[in-house]
Amino acid sequence: MKPPPFEYDDPSTLDEVLALLAEHGEDAKVLAGGQSLVPLLNFRLARPDRLIDVNGVSELDYLRLEHGTLRIGALVRHARLESSEEARAVPLLQQAVRFVGHVQIRNRGTVGGSVAHADPAAELPAALTALGARFRARSARGERVLAADELFVTHLTTSLEPDEILTEIEVPSSPPGSGAAFVEYARRHGDFALGGAAVLVRLDRGGTCEDAAIALLAAAPTPVRAAEAENALRGRVIDEAAAREAAARAVESINPTGDIHGSADYRRGLIEALLRRAILQAKESVA
Amino acid sequence: MTTREIAVEINGEVFRRTVEPRLLLSDFIRHEARLTGTHVGCEHGVCGACTIQLDGEPVRSCLLFAVQANGRSIRTVEALAAHGDELHPLQQAFHETHALQCGFCTPGFLMTLEPFVRNADAAELDDNRIREVLAGNLCRCTGYQNIVKAVHLAVERNRT
Repeated sequence: MKPPPFEYDDPSTLDEVLALLAEHGEDAKVLAGGQSLVPLLNFRLARPDRLIDVNGVSELDYLRLEHGTLRIGALVRHARLESSEEARAVPLLQQAVRFVGHVQIRNRGTVGGSVAHADPAAELPAALTALGARFRARSARGERVLAADELFVTHLTTSLEPDEILTEIEVPSSPPGSGAAFVEYARRHGDFALGGAAVLVRLDRGGTCEDAAIALLAAAPTPVRAAEAENALRGRVIDEAAAREAAARAVESINPTGDIHGSADYRRGLIEALLRRAILQAKESVA
Repeated sequence: MTTREIAVEINGEVFRRTVEPRLLLSDFIRHEARLTGTHVGCEHGVCGACTIQLDGEPVRSCLLFAVQANGRSIRTVEALAAHGDELHPLQQAFHETHALQCGFCTPGFLMTLEPFVRNADAAELDDNRIREVLAGNLCRCTGYQNIVKAVHLAVERNRT
């Protein structure tokens, strides 16, 4: 239960990080909050030659609301996102982050770390997928901006190159008339979820659904949008029947992996029930 | 073998050591600073026994490297009853409500709860809120019931 030896760098600027990644990227891991990486090191499931500790790179630690876009520096800790005034512009994100681990984990874990770790059962990747967030990655070669479906490749794998680092997440703030709900089920509070759903809806004055965005967690090797469920809601007044129909559509196309915590069938049923509740909660939350 | 010189302030005292980067902060606290009140349970961030405060915030010391605490300020359970034999009010509340049996997990609970109790508003406090804060610490003896009682008692006394 002790980590294997590694070389250790603790740069204080992004330029230094990029230079280190350019030189050592193939053999190095970026260490941010360490709440997923350090357990992997302690179990020796990961044995990188080098850790590039970015905790001292203060230029990655910012949270700004600019022209309706929430800009989250990759080093922002979960606890800050949970309590920040700026993040109130994106209620779905603040709902989701409360499900991340425990208070001790959220004090240390980072938003960028949760995204780059790319666990399909993690809360923030799913919420950010529903929100249509854009992910900014930097390397010494330049900068790329990726959408969720371009970033998340499969279980614990992103399209970030070995010399790249995630620097910022841009999240559009939720317009008036919109509602949000994040629902998940885990055996114990703070565990990774067996299933869950992140739902955004926008209603017109008459209560008809103008737009909907739905992402599912623990339903596939990456967080996935449920486009058929979204289509089922658009143009309808959201009621019990509409929510039921949309949730049934959403799970037709998913193929969750069964394990000792729940079979694939159980998980499909669970996600359907959670999504139905989330849709109704999102509608109720419209101010 | 790469080593680093670090200086970590623990409970007001600065510990200067030369360490390998892979040395966990929990092991630095126990083996280098010889403060064995911080317990090590699972060593992968699940049980919460090793919870300490890093610059005032509860964190898992088994998920930090000692080199990351260089220049930072840490509090461990030894800081609570620092003045002689008198227990910290939170420890006293644990004692009175029988909020521990074997005691292995207790230091982690205390370091998680201490800032929470300090800032809690007794009027808004309910069992659910307390259990949410406790969720990151495992206890195999008490069933948590008496720990919840201890928090109520400590917050109540904190108010008066």
